[in-house]
Amino acid sequence: MGILIDTSSTVLVQGITGREGRARTRLMKEFGTNIVAGVTPGKGGETVEGLPVYNSVAAAVKNHGQIDVSVLFVPAPLVKTAALEAFSEGIKLIHIVPDRVPLYDAMAMLRSARKYGASFIGPNSLGVLNPGRALIGMIGGNARSASQWFEKGPVGITSRSGGLTTSTAYYLNRAGIGQSTIVHVGGDSLIGMPHPDIVKLFEKDDETELVVMLGEIGGNQEERVAECLMNGEVTKPVVAYIGGRGAKKGTRFSHAGAIIEGGKGTYQGKVDALRDAGAVVVDDIMKIPDAVAAILGKGK
Amino acid sequence: MSKLVEYKGKKLLSTYGFKVPRGVLICSVDEVENAYALIGPGVLKAQVLVTGRAGKGLVRFIESKQKLLSNVRELLESKAGNLLVEELLYEEKLEIERELYAGVIVERQIGAPVFLFSSRGGSGIEQIARDYPESVYKSVVDPDKKAESANFIEGLEQTGVNSGICGAVAEAAALLTNCAIDMEAENLEVNPLVVTADGDVVAADCHLTVDDYAVFRHPEFNIKIARELGHPPTQLERIAWDVEKNDYRGTFYFIQLEMNFQKGQGYVGFHGAGGGGSMMSMDALDAYGYKPANFCDTSGNPPASKFYRAARIILSQRNIDGYFGSGSGVASQEQYHSARGIVKALWEVNPDFPVVLRLGGNGEDQAIRIMEEYTKPLRCKVRCFGKDISVSECAQVFDQLVKNYRQGGIPVEKSMENTHKKSYEFQTVSGGTVSFDYERCSVCANKVCIEGCSAGILQEYNSCPVLSISKDEAASGRCVECLVCEVECQAMGNGGGKVTLPLSGLEGVDR
Repeated sequence: MGILIDTSSTVLVQGITGREGRARTRLMKEFGTNIVAGVTPGKGGETVEGLPVYNSVAAAVKNHGQIDVSVLFVPAPLVKTAALEAFSEGIKLIHIVPDRVPLYDAMAMLRSARKYGASFIGPNSLGVLNPGRALIGMIGGNARSASQWFEKGPVGITSRSGGLTTSTAYYLNRAGIGQSTIVHVGGDSLIGMPHPDIVKLFEKDDETELVVMLGEIGGNQEERVAECLMNGEVTKPVVAYIGGRGAKKGTRFSHAGAIIEGGKGTYQGKVDALRDAGAVVVDDIMKIPDAVAAILGKGK
Repeated sequence: MSKLVEYKGKKLLSTYGFKVPRGVLICSVDEVENAYALIGPGVLKAQVLVTGRAGKGLVRFIESKQKLLSNVRELLESKAGNLLVEELLYEEKLEIERELYAGVIVERQIGAPVFLFSSRGGSGIEQIARDYPESVYKSVVDPDKKAESANFIEGLEQTGVNSGICGAVAEAAALLTNCAIDMEAENLEVNPLVVTADGDVVAADCHLTVDDYAVFRHPEFNIKIARELGHPPTQLERIAWDVEKNDYRGTFYFIQLEMNFQKGQGYVGFHGAGGGGSMMSMDALDAYGYKPANFCDTSGNPPASKFYRAARIILSQRNIDGYFGSGSGVASQEQYHSARGIVKALWEVNPDFPVVLRLGGNGEDQAIRIMEEYTKPLRCKVRCFGKDISVSECAQVFDQLVKNYRQGGIPVEKSMENTHKKSYEFQTVSGGTVSFDYERCSVCANKVCIEGCSAGILQEYNSCPVLSISKDEAASGRCVECLVCEVECQAMGNGGGKVTLPLSGLEGVDR
């Protein structure tokens, strides 16, 4: 099990012939992801890493049957068109790697996803990885490190920072604690599946015993997870870290979503909401392994 | 998240038929005569992006030409925060019957823009919504549909807008909504929306926040740097922005946080990777009493050339006590690209202060070797760590090196001279030039340039490297600017390879 992807998931790569598309197709394939085909308009008939390339998602679906997931490696201005095409062809989950997707495009993708009963992860997401089974995106960089760094286990990770996703998983593994699935939800202010959506999936997942949430200042994703804990929608233990403690109010660094505006989305506000709801909040990601071990140890 | 000043927003609104007061832009005292002749007595407003302008003396009522002249002179010499007042809007004074509020705001939690209206004006709109919910009307906007005034009438009537003007307000609401959607606005607010004695509905002010990621399809904004800086862009920020906007490969984000500091005050050239990892790394520096002079993030697997340009820009800041780079610690991007870019920059700048980098993750062993070995000829101390050393430990090492540096004085400069004759050259996608000095290449034993070329586009011909593809193909992006043919060549080969990467404007920055 694990969430979102598994060995059985059929995966399409849109933008497979570009620099990143090629490199990450190789990563995903070598890791074990069941990639069936790629799409680049105008490059139909070529092959990449032994996979057929089609001009359209429709052509890929026609030749390969149902496709579960599409991973997008297309330039940001073209993401919306590619995503809407995938949704209209019945693909239920899209993973969006590129940064700088315009806000109104992200909202259009949200409307389309709702219309087709689909969802998307990102934009600006490093990836999703189910240890030892499958990955989508560029998480791990290459198959060798992705296999070495992440091991199967009871912790589900959801994160707003790509780098902290991999780091936390790595430091957990070093402490002998593996993961069910690790998810980078994306660094933008409007994303397809924010923390609460992912935490609820972990709640239903048999393999996940505990959730590590890596949040940051800005927005209200973490506060909404606290609400889920309060109202009983989430019963599994949550260990959280909130980044940006030292960031000045109103200063925006490179995560579009990480800004404190109008006194909302502050570090302290998030920490308090999570603690009140029963989550364990640590102030350094290096403290996560101990916090997790303490809870899992008690539970056993 | 870039904001447009009032007059620019009003100009866009007026192209939609939205009524705005008659006004003239004044940028110098020479324009006063003409402005007063056109407007007569009116309101003078500084065009700067600060909130609460009226309370800060940036909005002034004018009764005579003489007063206009003196106020223009005074305002144009003033500052609002750290922003210079350079533009003034001089407008007719409105006969105000009633003040309303209307805005279109993207609400992220529902993933759609909402139209928001208050019949009690908009000062403290959130408070008004709590205290007088009946005065506030809110509706979700569908950007796929053109807004019509009929959609708004019922909702507006419920807030107590009397039927005499309701049609005109609904018309304004529709125009505002359509303008916001076309502009891809994060926020477009008219506060106050004024009903005049004549029954006109007029935008007395306008706040437009645009989506930085959509600026490329809105040349009408005339935004040079699509980034919220809180200060006028600095020379280095302009240079960095030029690099970023022309190169879509990976992220590059550079802002200066502090410029007025002296040596020894603990300001550090900061080079982060990834938003989360960068914030964490700055917190670690903070724990040792250091402050980032800048924020910089190169992530999303950019080419080595982008790391080089970022490092050059960071190292161009005056009076920094050191250079500290760290991301999350376990990066998915190939860290040897980071290392080669930074090494090239260090070779060229040859700083005297310490350099500490944490290049953990994919390819870290190679990255650490490149960083530490290839910088040995430099006078500065360079340390590089991988994923198993925490950022706090790196900050501690950095602190020790900076303390030693402060005590030891400036190390003696070592000569780094190297003559280079261009025997063969080709262009790269970001305007760079790769060149080889065949006198050196022909006697080079290992041809590390060919063996290490990330794109595999070099081959050996008469004992020298040449392209195995056409020069046009190389220039169109097949050469991925991995910098192996300079960095590896200078360190491991015979020093015949060189990559020149222009950084427009940097030569003029005095360090």
